Amino acid sequence: MQTIAVELSDITKSFGENAVLRGIDLELHAGQVTVLMGANGAGKSTLVKILCGVHAANAGAAFLYGKAFRPATPAEAIRAGVVTVHQSINDGVIPDLDVASNLMLDHLATPGSGFFLRKKNNIAEARKIAATMALDVDVTRPVSELGLADRQLVAIARAMAHKPKLLILDEPTSSLSAAEAKRLFELLDLLRDSGVAILYISHRMSDIRRIADRIVSMRDGKISGVFNEAPLDYEAAVRAMLGHGMADLDIHIPEAGKPVMQLKNLVLAEGAVPFSLDLHSNEIIAVTGLVGSGKTELAKVLFGLAKPHAGEMALHGAPYAPASQAAAIAAGVFLCPKDRASNAVIPGFDICKNITVPFLPRHARFSFLNFASEHKTAQKTISDLGIICQHNTDEIGSLSGGNQQKVMVGRWLAESAALLVLDEPFQGVDIKSRRDIGEKIRSTASGRATIVMVSEIDEALEIADRIIVMNDQTMVGDHRNEQADLDLVLAQVVGRQNNLIGNSKNAI
Amino acid sequence: MQSDTPINTKPRRTLTERAIKYGFLLLMAGMLVFFSVVAEGFASPFSAVFIFQSVAITGILALGVTATLVVDGFDLSIGSTATSSLMLSAYVMVVLELNAFVAVVACLILGAVIGLINGILIVKFRVPDLLATLGMMFLLIGLQRIPTQGRSIATGMTLSDGRVTEGTFSPAFLALGRYRFDFFIENLVPVSVIVLLAVGVLVWGFMELTRHGRLMYAIGSNARAASLAGTNVNRYKVLAYMISGVLASIGGILLAARLGRGDIASGNNLLLDSVAAALIGFAVLGAAKPNAFGTIIGALFIGILLQGLTMMNAPYYTQDFVKGAVLVVALVFTFAFSKRAGAH
Repeated sequence: MQTIAVELSDITKSFGENAVLRGIDLELHAGQVTVLMGANGAGKSTLVKILCGVHAANAGAAFLYGKAFRPATPAEAIRAGVVTVHQSINDGVIPDLDVASNLMLDHLATPGSGFFLRKKNNIAEARKIAATMALDVDVTRPVSELGLADRQLVAIARAMAHKPKLLILDEPTSSLSAAEAKRLFELLDLLRDSGVAILYISHRMSDIRRIADRIVSMRDGKISGVFNEAPLDYEAAVRAMLGHGMADLDIHIPEAGKPVMQLKNLVLAEGAVPFSLDLHSNEIIAVTGLVGSGKTELAKVLFGLAKPHAGEMALHGAPYAPASQAAAIAAGVFLCPKDRASNAVIPGFDICKNITVPFLPRHARFSFLNFASEHKTAQKTISDLGIICQHNTDEIGSLSGGNQQKVMVGRWLAESAALLVLDEPFQGVDIKSRRDIGEKIRSTASGRATIVMVSEIDEALEIADRIIVMNDQTMVGDHRNEQADLDLVLAQVVGRQNNLIGNSKNAI
Repeated sequence: MQSDTPINTKPRRTLTERAIKYGFLLLMAGMLVFFSVVAEGFASPFSAVFIFQSVAITGILALGVTATLVVDGFDLSIGSTATSSLMLSAYVMVVLELNAFVAVVACLILGAVIGLINGILIVKFRVPDLLATLGMMFLLIGLQRIPTQGRSIATGMTLSDGRVTEGTFSPAFLALGRYRFDFFIENLVPVSVIVLLAVGVLVWGFMELTRHGRLMYAIGSNARAASLAGTNVNRYKVLAYMISGVLASIGGILLAARLGRGDIASGNNLLLDSVAAALIGFAVLGAAKPNAFGTIIGALFIGILLQGLTMMNAPYYTQDFVKGAVLVVALVFTFAFSKRAGAH
């Protein structure tokens, strides 16, 4: 019924041995907002990068209104009519220039557009663009004086100056308030009516409900679900994105010990619902929820990187409020952070030095390092976790992603913890390494409390004794990982049934 | 980016890897042999001591630069810290007429305070390191001229209040610049060379053998990861700038002792020479990172080259060109050929 603006057929892309996209077939229609959903590592951003000319696909074909589309550079993609607004707002605007210059920037950058600036002309032209976008700002003001929403709208207006056929928005509301997002949606309604095909990447259910005409879910480099018919089945879309292939892992849930960490009426963000949670020794808790549900905030609060908005924490019954990461570590609370490349890997160090970095005093006398003791620990970690390397003095960068992650997890398993927090330990990790890491976490779990933040339900089912669901910065579900009601878990992830906390506990 | 070498073999170095690792030292050895053959009198203990002496002060400053480079910082104020310390020591002895011990202690405190201020500017006020230390450099160049209205300090000069200075550099202080230890030959090794070697061993030991040095390298490589592993990143950064400031003030003391007066114009080249030595050090043993051993080798490399060329009658004004050329070649060695540099 609608014209096909973009057609992708069998697009594949791999980085080294890591296949990121494994055959993507997708159509995007003119005058329609298609929401693309996918967990971390599903391949969304790679797909976007292929469309906007940053990466080239290994195989497959793309067509833009029937014509073959294979941009070699981002500039080429823009000229062909595919325009992307990236997640980080300030990538889309130049804060020190005024709005008019920002709107006309791509025009200025076009070869042959004249040597001298024609300021009046530019301002008039910019006003015209602003008017068609319903963008109500003074075009002579510097962008740095605008609020985030206006900056975002300027970035989009700038993109619109190219008269795009396909507009890609990568989590555009991630730093906008609700009122600001409303303005963005009004603009998108306008664009949709003008016949632009819009690909909208987001995790926010409220955004998706507001704007989506169609939802496409991605998982493991494939399209795992396409939802066209109104009313859209949001739960099915989330299920397709998170999947639950029912991993056949025999989880034997051990007897939970004494409470190690007790959270009382904890409030993670202003206006969030308080929640209480006890973390027991011997127990592994998986915390799941969409991006922005509060998983990472909880990890940060536990490790002393952020203060809770309100509420109390107690470690072994004593009040716990670590002033620094060092204080948290000294109290026995360890955090293996998410996004290892920026938060964990020390690229200048070899495997051994990467492993021992948090606990160097253990390997030193009067501050002088005992290299033999370091190597012993490194060797033990390597064999315990099955890290594939030639020697513990190999460069960390020579390891595969999965093996690097093993090193990062092994770093924190080298000492015994009271509470071990692992934030997305399976991010960017192959299946084999994921199993190895999961088994190791389970086999060492006795004597400490363990809390694992995961975005995929499969991962939670693989590793946890107990699954906590978070949504809107609070806890909305608590399930024992034994015939857990997956439909209920999914409903809670999506956030429709906030009142059903703990309903599946009857499985005990 | 991943190496596809088979598992279960001990890591073996390819020819290129060996060339990168030992290339710079081989080049230096070749240079020594070449000059020994070509330049008469080059291969003598006196010539060797002269080379060491010529690079001693630069080398000490370069070790300070190395300390800041390790935490991924940079200290542009190192040269002016050294000259400030030079002027302060002259002021303390000549104008205030205090003894050598007070002068030395005052200079060391000055260096530490400058380093502390640099560190605080960088970690607390979030001024980028290059800008903070550039500002400090200007400030110090100006500050050291204020007490004497821009003049050099010497015994017998008239001060602004009409008083004539009567203090002198104490003999004990001058000995720091002029005394030579016996080493097989009488009066051979100057104090500055001993200080260079001692400081070199200390900085090397601190960086390579202690956990503090290890954590500083971790900060330089990924400060966020180091912080999440419980390291107090700010404290170590301030420490690095304080090490740099103190070493610069030691360099200034030795320079003052050698000159015997508070010469306002000396030490112009200290900053660039010491930065060059520290950066050349990246190439030594394929380290591809700041390191104390490499820094000293870097300083010596330049010293040998300049001494050899001078003995072959190369004019003095070619020196900076030669230093620059060595630096560029060393940087290419480090960044283009090194496996570590290519890995990320």
